[in-house]
Amino acid sequence: MTSDTLALTPRISDPDSFYEALIEAHRGLSEEASQRLNARLILILANQIGDRKVLDEALALAIRTDRT
Amino acid sequence: MMATRRSYPFKRPPELDSGKRGHLPVIVVGAGPVGLTMAIELLERGIATVVLDDDNTVSIGSRAICYAKRALEIWDRLGCGEVMLNKGVTWNVGKVFFGDDPEPVYTFNMLDEEGYKYPGFINLQQYYNEEFLIARLNELGGEIRWKNTVVEVTPAAKGVTIAVDTPEGRYEMACDYLIAADGSRSPIRKMLGLDFEGQVFEDHFLIADIKMKQDFPSERRFWFDPPFNRGQSALLHKQPDDVWRLDLQLGWDIDRDAEMKPERVAERVRAALPGVDFEFEWLSIYTFQCRRLDKFRHGRVIFVGDSAHLVSPFGARGANSGVQDADNLGWKLQLVLTGKAPEALLDSYDAERVYAAKENILNSTRSTDFITPKSAVSRAFRNAVLELAREAPFARPFVNSGRLSVPAILRESALNTPDSDAFAGKMMPGAPAADGRIRVNGRDEWLLTFLARDNGGVHHKGTGFAALYFAGDAAADKAMAETAKALAQDAIPVTVYAIGTPAAAPQGLTVIEDTAGHLARRYDGRPGTIYLLRPDHHITARWRAADIAAIRRARDLATGHRAPAQIKETAA
Repeated sequence: MTSDTLALTPRISDPDSFYEALIEAHRGLSEEASQRLNARLILILANQIGDRKVLDEALALAIRTDRT
Repeated sequence: MMATRRSYPFKRPPELDSGKRGHLPVIVVGAGPVGLTMAIELLERGIATVVLDDDNTVSIGSRAICYAKRALEIWDRLGCGEVMLNKGVTWNVGKVFFGDDPEPVYTFNMLDEEGYKYPGFINLQQYYNEEFLIARLNELGGEIRWKNTVVEVTPAAKGVTIAVDTPEGRYEMACDYLIAADGSRSPIRKMLGLDFEGQVFEDHFLIADIKMKQDFPSERRFWFDPPFNRGQSALLHKQPDDVWRLDLQLGWDIDRDAEMKPERVAERVRAALPGVDFEFEWLSIYTFQCRRLDKFRHGRVIFVGDSAHLVSPFGARGANSGVQDADNLGWKLQLVLTGKAPEALLDSYDAERVYAAKENILNSTRSTDFITPKSAVSRAFRNAVLELAREAPFARPFVNSGRLSVPAILRESALNTPDSDAFAGKMMPGAPAADGRIRVNGRDEWLLTFLARDNGGVHHKGTGFAALYFAGDAAADKAMAETAKALAQDAIPVTVYAIGTPAAAPQGLTVIEDTAGHLARRYDGRPGTIYLLRPDHHITARWRAADIAAIRRARDLATGHRAPAQIKETAA
């Protein structure tokens, strides 16, 4: 990852398959275990990104897109 | 159940018989670690003071037990650091455990580098700390008035009048400055009606200080969600005399009286430390808050320590930061009271220590949120960090079992002269000066101890400003020899020390040999480099080369003289 701004265009080659893997990872987990899995994943991905500016943009996008 | 400490006798204050209102430059209220440090600091600087305390003992129970390097260096400057180091338990290793796993998920070692007189931390019961401070205060001819309770405070523009209750009657005293070191519930703060803003944390913690003979290493152990205290945290620390502190989080909804019953506590101790023989030293249940006064200086009443700011105990930032308050205030009061600096210099105490308090409260609040998560998602993230930490090093810096007290770097202080030259390393203006091994006149010693002995305290005409000059440039050395002579004659003298070798050093200067290379490395020093140290050993300016005018400007800025040459100087 070399980009210094948040990527908004698609970058994952097989989105359906990744989405399926994501949901599959949570199968059979309690709410609490699910939440921890998500938290571990967020932390791993955040470290992979590393760049605080990009992380802040991602955080802002996630907060902004709450539609309920 | 409770360790018995000696009590101190009430002595009838002379004001009760003379009927006269006594007057002192400074009165310190509160004989805890911070108040005692403040009084010693003032006495070392030749400022007359007394300490008033409403009780007649040192701390009941161990209470604050972790004392950090910076506090120890301050006490060293005041002549009572070594006694604490010798009695205390030194530790550098911390281990963090999570859940049922008997192996730590994370181990840290605070010993960053050899070559400091004092370690990162010692553990020492607060009553020992206070007894050592009282002994030092007595050596300096200081006076503590036990069972003297301040009941009225009347501030005025040029001083403060107080009324004091004693077992034998009430008397009045006046002072130029009143130092409120009267603790977290500060009666003086209440008498002045000051707001104490902040956050209360809804949680209880049990301290069980126990005596046991165990060969556990002297390391800090912290557990998140251990089997013996499900869903909560636990902490184990070693103190002198085979006393161990077990600190267990209990939660908010508890029956306090039931939890304090010795048989209930014993059950908890046995669960945490199976198979050990122990007896109780001290038991306590505490809650905590993060709060501070908006301003620490209110005219002639100045707040230090817990009366000014409160933090959670995670990180040992309470007593340690209070001692730094006293360190910061002492030399400023000396300069103001002796007419060498404007009263406005005291506002820098407020600015610098509010800055430090904010940093401490921020760190302490973050630790608290990690240790005691306030929501399900907060707990999920916390546990996720701990689950990852063993395998994935990137997660370890998130693990927060308390960010242990380090001194604030006062980088935003208006007293600092901003850098005009490039430097590497941590010794920026506002940072406390790093210690190091040195040799002076053939004697091996420590930089900060040497500076305190040679240049601090009442037995010197100065107030403790020092310049560390890295010698070795012949032309600069020659100029510095002249500069040093003139600076020594100033109203606020600066003592110049040459870091170099006795064979080649500016004439007339005391030579500090950097035998282990600590100073060159820690200060990024090379021939011509100059550091200006305040009396509290904080760096206030540094240059690659400086003439006398630059050094005087920096000293004047650091002493509240906005423009240079407001005090008469000898020309160089």
